[in-house]
Amino acid sequence: MSTDLTFSTLAALADQLTASEVTSVELTQAAIDRTMAIDAQVQAFNSINPEDALVQAAASDARRAAGEACGPLDGIPVTLKDVIAVRNQPLTASSKMLANFVSPYDATVTSKLKDAGAVLWGRANLDEFAMGSSTENSAFKTTRNPYDLERVPGGSSGGSAAALAAGEAIATLGSDTGGSIRQPAAFCNVVGLKPTYGLVSRYGLAAFASSLDQIGPFTRTVEDAAIMLGVIAGHDRRDSTSFKTEISDYRAALQTKQGPWKLGIPKEYFGKGLDPEVAAAVEQAIAFYRNQGCEIREVSLPHTEYCLSVYYIIATAEASSNLARYDGIRYTHRAADAKDIVDLYFKSRAEGFGPEVKRRIILGTYVLSSGYYDAYYLRAQKVRTLIRQDFLKAYGEVDAILTPTSPTPAFRAGEKATNPLSMYLSDIYTIGANLAGLPGISIPGGFSTSGLPIGLQLIGQPYAEADLLAIAHSYDSAHDWASRRPQL
Amino acid sequence: MADIPELDIDRVAHLARIALTPEEKTAYAAQLGDVLKHIEQLKQVDVSDVEPTAHAFAVENVWADDEAEPGLLVEDALRNAPAQRQNMIVVPKVVE
Repeated sequence: MSTDLTFSTLAALADQLTASEVTSVELTQAAIDRTMAIDAQVQAFNSINPEDALVQAAASDARRAAGEACGPLDGIPVTLKDVIAVRNQPLTASSKMLANFVSPYDATVTSKLKDAGAVLWGRANLDEFAMGSSTENSAFKTTRNPYDLERVPGGSSGGSAAALAAGEAIATLGSDTGGSIRQPAAFCNVVGLKPTYGLVSRYGLAAFASSLDQIGPFTRTVEDAAIMLGVIAGHDRRDSTSFKTEISDYRAALQTKQGPWKLGIPKEYFGKGLDPEVAAAVEQAIAFYRNQGCEIREVSLPHTEYCLSVYYIIATAEASSNLARYDGIRYTHRAADAKDIVDLYFKSRAEGFGPEVKRRIILGTYVLSSGYYDAYYLRAQKVRTLIRQDFLKAYGEVDAILTPTSPTPAFRAGEKATNPLSMYLSDIYTIGANLAGLPGISIPGGFSTSGLPIGLQLIGQPYAEADLLAIAHSYDSAHDWASRRPQL
Repeated sequence: MADIPELDIDRVAHLARIALTPEEKTAYAAQLGDVLKHIEQLKQVDVSDVEPTAHAFAVENVWADDEAEPGLLVEDALRNAPAQRQNMIVVPKVVE
């Protein structure tokens, strides 16, 4: 029966913990057992520490016995992407560069999870430094899609999505720079939420592209995502881009906000490259919302075709700057045979970074270099303005935008590994929300005829997560796609 | 668009402080050439009179009061150093 526990929702388990029908130690042990049984196949985790998790679980049970339980997350096993700092735990970013790194402090989201009583369980695999869409760029292992082990789980937060989908955790955290939460959520039949830029602190997140990165949850249901967001959101003086705003009771909003809503369908998102079964899933969702009394309107985001180009200029430019800190000096891999300090930089970075990270640093350095800055970086920032204006104009007419999350279901491992551009195209529908700073959520929207999950994306207005979650919950609570488990 | 710029891989790798093998140089130059060709499409967009966006929302400088707070212990700050001695990180000689 233990897998029934680890495939339960966070909300249901919180009730069971409160009713003393299960203990955190039992639940955590079930997650450990499940991981031990199947992770050799899924390879979602870079590292685990069962003893440490059970100590946290016992502490949760003791709090509960003393009448001091902290809320719905107390005692729930939560897995973090291996790019979020947990004091005294490894943080590898799935890179040789940080293979032996141990975090000296907690990320703000980590502190918030600890304060909420969560059991921090394991470190989830990712594309190295979150650069990729398949988790094949990890320096350590290739995570597999639990629904088809020959296929990728998506990326970059593929370990976080696969661990949840395979019943190895109850909720997980990822980070999303161009779709790295939503695309793997779509591939793995789970909910993935990228909050508005600035809603969740980035302190303690290994930086990829600082103007785009956001931390967010993976969960089985939208209700669970609302619970998680309520815990991790909020202003943080340690992140100067953190937004000062009242944090809504997102879970309560699922009941109080009932629509009907106006939903926009961007015509530019339904062109070539879109898999017909994915398109059919979106059509089915449109029909659902229409039956709920929602008004469906076609909207236009005319600069959509430029999103990918703008993203790969801005994200790589910021990455080339952020990753300059990995220099072999203070806390990273250091090459053994350098002849002087400059040689040490060159060799340590050559040895520590994998191919995709090198490619992106090279591209980012190029677009920022003297003579090319105006033609590439500055121009991309200007087109970014136009992309953002497209969305804000659409929000004059509609409450949220409904799209596919990714053009296709999960692709085969190795299929796009040698062609970076084709890999980049799998993020084509998710990148816009990052460039415009908007919240986006992917929810399970059905399966292909070959049994692969399909994700639906809803993109909301800035800091309107309460509305976005309510709109997503309306579909999610009326369908049971999430209950279809992988055959593992 | 005509006039696809040549990416001088040696120059850029030098700026990025990454030693590349000849095989890496060949592969990255070709792959990034494809990406740059794609990116050329941005030249079609009229961006005259458009302000650049660095952040999706306005970001302002944040000032903190100049007050001492507990920070990292020396042993915590140095625990990941590749080489250390007497509470300092050891590096190769910088000045002859």
